[in-house]
Amino acid sequence: MIRSLDNDTLLGLWERMARIRAFETRVGEIAAAKEVAGYLHTYSGQEAVACGVIPLLRDDDWFTSTYRNHGHAIARDIPLDEIAGEIYGKVTGVCGGKGGSMHVADQSRGMIGGMGIVAGGLPIATGAALASKYLGRDSVAVAFFGDGAVHQGAWHEALEFASLFQCPVVFVCENNLYAETTAVDYHLLAGSVSAMTGPYQIPSVQIDGMDVFAVRAATAAAFERARTGNGPSLIEAMTYRYGGQYEGDTQTYKPPTEVAYWRGQDPLLRFRSDTATRLGMATLDAIEQSVQVEVDAAFTAAEAAPWPDISEVTTDVYTPIA
Amino acid sequence: MTRTLNVKDAINEALRQEMAADNRVILMGEDIAGGAGRDADYPPAADAWGGPFGVTQGLLPLFGRERVIDTAIAETGFVGAAIGAAIAGLRPVVEIMYVDFIGTSFDQLLNHAAKLRYVYGGKVSVPIVVRTVAGAGFRAAAEHSQTLYSLYTHVPGLKVVAPATAADAKGLLISAIRDPDPVIFIEHKRLYMEDDEVPEEPYAIPFGVARIVRSGRDVTIVGVQKMVHTAVEAATLLSRDGIEAEVIDPRTYSPLDSETILQSVEKTGRLVVVDESHPRCSLATDIAALAADAAFHSLRGPIKMVTGAHAPVPFSPPLEDAYIPDAARIVAAVRDQLDKKAR
Repeated sequence: MIRSLDNDTLLGLWERMARIRAFETRVGEIAAAKEVAGYLHTYSGQEAVACGVIPLLRDDDWFTSTYRNHGHAIARDIPLDEIAGEIYGKVTGVCGGKGGSMHVADQSRGMIGGMGIVAGGLPIATGAALASKYLGRDSVAVAFFGDGAVHQGAWHEALEFASLFQCPVVFVCENNLYAETTAVDYHLLAGSVSAMTGPYQIPSVQIDGMDVFAVRAATAAAFERARTGNGPSLIEAMTYRYGGQYEGDTQTYKPPTEVAYWRGQDPLLRFRSDTATRLGMATLDAIEQSVQVEVDAAFTAAEAAPWPDISEVTTDVYTPIA
Repeated sequence: MTRTLNVKDAINEALRQEMAADNRVILMGEDIAGGAGRDADYPPAADAWGGPFGVTQGLLPLFGRERVIDTAIAETGFVGAAIGAAIAGLRPVVEIMYVDFIGTSFDQLLNHAAKLRYVYGGKVSVPIVVRTVAGAGFRAAAEHSQTLYSLYTHVPGLKVVAPATAADAKGLLISAIRDPDPVIFIEHKRLYMEDDEVPEEPYAIPFGVARIVRSGRDVTIVGVQKMVHTAVEAATLLSRDGIEAEVIDPRTYSPLDSETILQSVEKTGRLVVVDESHPRCSLATDIAALAADAAFHSLRGPIKMVTGAHAPVPFSPPLEDAYIPDAARIVAAVRDQLDKKAR
């Protein structure tokens, strides 16, 4: 996989992964310092999933996200100013501050948006895929979801719908081993999410979600399948949530040995060891430094940005009719 | 004996006392203890959360996982299971983590819990309690900040309870657990840390009995849950100018103590209803309609409603603050009524 990618592509993947890590590290800091209010769900540890999938999306593709959406937004190149602005609730936010951290969205980039309800995005992505098929296009839709989502009716109903109508949708499970505080080895009786698609006749694969190249390869195959009229598929990316369910969660349910194991699988470390000889450590370091500068600037700008006008409380409820 | 307790601890105590007294009472919900499946090999996992606000923390060590059940994220499943367990003799208390998540279980409540007794000709009861968390002001955005009191109140067969104080929370929750029918018990996330004098022993506060929080002769202000406190704030401000407001907390919306509200309106001739929900088809419109219908000739001015906007709850802090009714808006509504009378 790595050999087939040119240096620009590799550096693009690294830049996005490093940008997510730097951004989410800052989110953790501002949460701890209580500089922003509300629920913040960070993506650190899962970078390889967003960066393995999202750069393969075309401009006419769609995806849905979850409340843990900052990484998806960054991987889709939504400007950091707009994401940080949204987290602060400022007028510069990508949704004007209306939605906050859980609802980052930019439909002009195919990001239908972050959803606050578990499994809420699967039927919606399926519908975007239905539209693609109906309109005779070869665009695809992706639904990101966590391992906890498989217990929702919406999960099962979306898979059934997608398979019955052969929608070009790719369901991407970010199995980060916890549904809130509940361990996947306890709650997931099927043993894996990928094992649950059989009855719906949806092909699935379980992959190493800490390896951006493995995620990219699985995504390329799934997109090819969807674009050529062969219907939905599911990717289960095994990954790890470095933070809690939300910032402030004390995470007493995580055994230290488990944390240590997964920290050793860090997707950024893995990328470095896979590419360092070809790209050079100095190049990778320089990118890490430059994205840190971007992150610093984005948060400084968000902090300084104005609040929305109070009149905004009642705007955007309905679409204006000309 | 009473002592000071906050709403969160009062609810915890009610659950603890009822569970100790009646082994038919079980709890189910998402991460109501936390760390399920890890107890044996990693004991710190047990009781990691006690729900996102820690309301049920400490119950797992007392009652074990047989009675404090961490479910999967599957509201239809565990709400439906509560209905079946109730019919078969248990007294399940389930937690919907946020009232906003009701959507994923609403069929079980709307079409089953609420209706089974009726469609089966009174032959069966469904004694479940659904505890859930409502309210804006937590910077939790549109999908974690709703109140939705009226969605439940609209449905015959459901009882709807929303305490504003710790003492009411304990007494009403005990009544809810002992009640033979489905009770939706709504907790406000901004009230959990509010202290009150709470009796130590178990006690039950009957449904359908409003609390007159403050007596007054000039205007009746009915507050909905957290807005009871905002109404008291407004009443204190009005009192400085010689306007004495009577503040009423209905405490339960189904059944509703219409008698206490109407008697007050007949006395004061003026009514303001304060509800942080959206205004349309809300408790504000419901209580306003009650007074317009049954106390019209006592009214000396138009009924005023002080509510949230007909818009989802915005995330941005200044927008959210503007969304939630405050004392100044209540004072302005009362002054508006008095001015209209003077004209």
